[in-house]
Amino acid sequence: MDPINHIVILPILLPLVVGAFMLLFSDRRRSMKIALSIGTTLTLLGVAIALVAIAGTPHGDRWSSLIVYPVGNWPPPFGIVLVADRLSALMLLLTAVLANATLLFALARWHGAGPRFYTLFLFLLAGLNGAFLTGDLFNLFVFFEILLAASYGLVLHGSGTARVKAGLHYIPINLIASSLFLIGVSLIYGVTGTLNMADLGRTVPTLPEDSRVLFEIGAAILGIAFLVKAGMWPLSFWLPTTYAAACAPVAAMFAIMTKVGIYVILRLFLLALGDEAGAVEDFGAEWLYFGGMATIAFGAIGVLAAQSMQRLGGYAVLVSSGTLLAAIGTGNSAVISGALYYLAVSTLSIAAYFLLVELIERGRQAGADVLAVTQEMFGDPEEDIEEEDDEVGVAIPATIAVLGGAFVACTALLSGLPPLSGFIAKFAMLSALINEAGSIPAQHWALVILLMVSGLAMLIAMTRTGIRSLWVPDEIAIPRVRAIEAIPIGLLLLLCVVMTVMGGPTMRYMEATAQVLYWPAIYANDVLGPAAGGPR
Amino acid sequence: MEIILAIGIGVFAASGVWLLLRPRTYQVIIGLSLISYAVNLFIFSMGRVKLHAPPVLQPGTAGDPSAVADPVPQALVLTAIVIGFAMTALLLVVLLAARGRTGTDHVDGREAD
Repeated sequence: MDPINHIVILPILLPLVVGAFMLLFSDRRRSMKIALSIGTTLTLLGVAIALVAIAGTPHGDRWSSLIVYPVGNWPPPFGIVLVADRLSALMLLLTAVLANATLLFALARWHGAGPRFYTLFLFLLAGLNGAFLTGDLFNLFVFFEILLAASYGLVLHGSGTARVKAGLHYIPINLIASSLFLIGVSLIYGVTGTLNMADLGRTVPTLPEDSRVLFEIGAAILGIAFLVKAGMWPLSFWLPTTYAAACAPVAAMFAIMTKVGIYVILRLFLLALGDEAGAVEDFGAEWLYFGGMATIAFGAIGVLAAQSMQRLGGYAVLVSSGTLLAAIGTGNSAVISGALYYLAVSTLSIAAYFLLVELIERGRQAGADVLAVTQEMFGDPEEDIEEEDDEVGVAIPATIAVLGGAFVACTALLSGLPPLSGFIAKFAMLSALINEAGSIPAQHWALVILLMVSGLAMLIAMTRTGIRSLWVPDEIAIPRVRAIEAIPIGLLLLLCVVMTVMGGPTMRYMEATAQVLYWPAIYANDVLGPAAGGPR
Repeated sequence: MEIILAIGIGVFAASGVWLLLRPRTYQVIIGLSLISYAVNLFIFSMGRVKLHAPPVLQPGTAGDPSAVADPVPQALVLTAIVIGFAMTALLLVVLLAARGRTGTDHVDGREAD
């Protein structure tokens, strides 16, 4: 094995080891912990860029190469494999970018609001990276649990009654989803005798008639577990409350958590139920399609009805999830490549929005309430920070102008207005939906209309909120914003602008990614070696 | 044998779901525990129910699948038990925090009217 391939294990191992190491030290040694955490996230970013470069390099006559890392060198399908292909590398890069931005933001204030923030944060990264890299269903469950356990801690970070109440709903719902996950995985194992995703793609078409029904039941139960995480209506009522209650950097990081569910659905759907799956081909596609549309509608109504800016963000997450699910449900590779572009853009812009909202709300009474509770709970560290604020804090001139500019950018991105990348993403999906060969089915028209209407709803809600919170200078004191808090938001939005300027290359990467997903046989060959009955 | 196992899983799951839908946090946590028992038994049964067959190879039984039980579900169920146990402990802490902060053990943090 090429020694460079060992970097595949780094995104899991590094945060896990550093996070565990930091548990040995008291939270008082803040500068050491900050240095270690930032070092880790920066390394993860470097590794993710390297993996994207490797996975995106054409290899022989193929568009991309794929790194298979058998853990412990046990041959697949018996051992557990990590697989880094284009899609995994893309998700890793997205996670690393978000992690750097939110960690930087948290260092201004929030990291001191509760115990063990850095460790929980790094464990969340380890779980996310593991879920994106693993090629084994049960291993996926383990990484899901790691990221969920860390997320339970992070939801409660900063304490306060609202967070505890939200946690009391968030945790049991995810525990139930985990139970469903286990039932689905064990049913699929019972029928196919394998947990390896590539092997599953190979076994499913050969299933006998009588066990096919059991496999479909298993796939459906597994799908429900992922749809709970992805927030498909009607499994999503927990989501806006939880995201609104979590503190800003955590909510921003959670923007990628729903995408984990989307990622797994995309991968398994195309691998095990794709074009080569025989009798179970496209099983559940209609559920994804219509469920996604219902989610868009629910999210759009929620966006219009949301009373607070954080809840608006939570419903924006639902709109984004619904759009992605419906796009996967079409099963059309052009739509899916647009959807992958949309996934990156919407994750970055929703994260930027959550960070921004906290800064805007800071001048208002509601935000002050939560902070007051936090200070009451963890008095000492907060007082330290307050002092630090006075010394280091720079009241950026025309703070409101900067915040307002960022808000306008978020509005354009979330509602899909030109000239930013949100528009390109929506345009790519819509043109793929309409340009299909032959007549366009009525259900695709419904999705086109729904996407337009949801963009309009987003625009109305964001404009209203912006006017209410930024154009009433009498009511708000100008929030004190430190440069370290403004920079991450600026970086996230800048990245969206870069994705607009570099729209061509980015879109080509997404197209190749979507194409590769449609060749499960090649994926299986790369992971497992040539099939026993000769190459298919 | 199979029928006893199936009834056991069914009873656990049914009681778990019923408790889960109750309004008190303690009932929810017991319900979650019962559901996780049902799930663990279910995983175990997916390796096929087999008597007098250890999940390891004995001398002389190599190459004879009928003499050994499938070890994979047994390994999976161990992992699932450990993870489920840890999650229940974590939920208990949140439950106590909620009880202390809201003064009630209702799942919504306030008594239904």
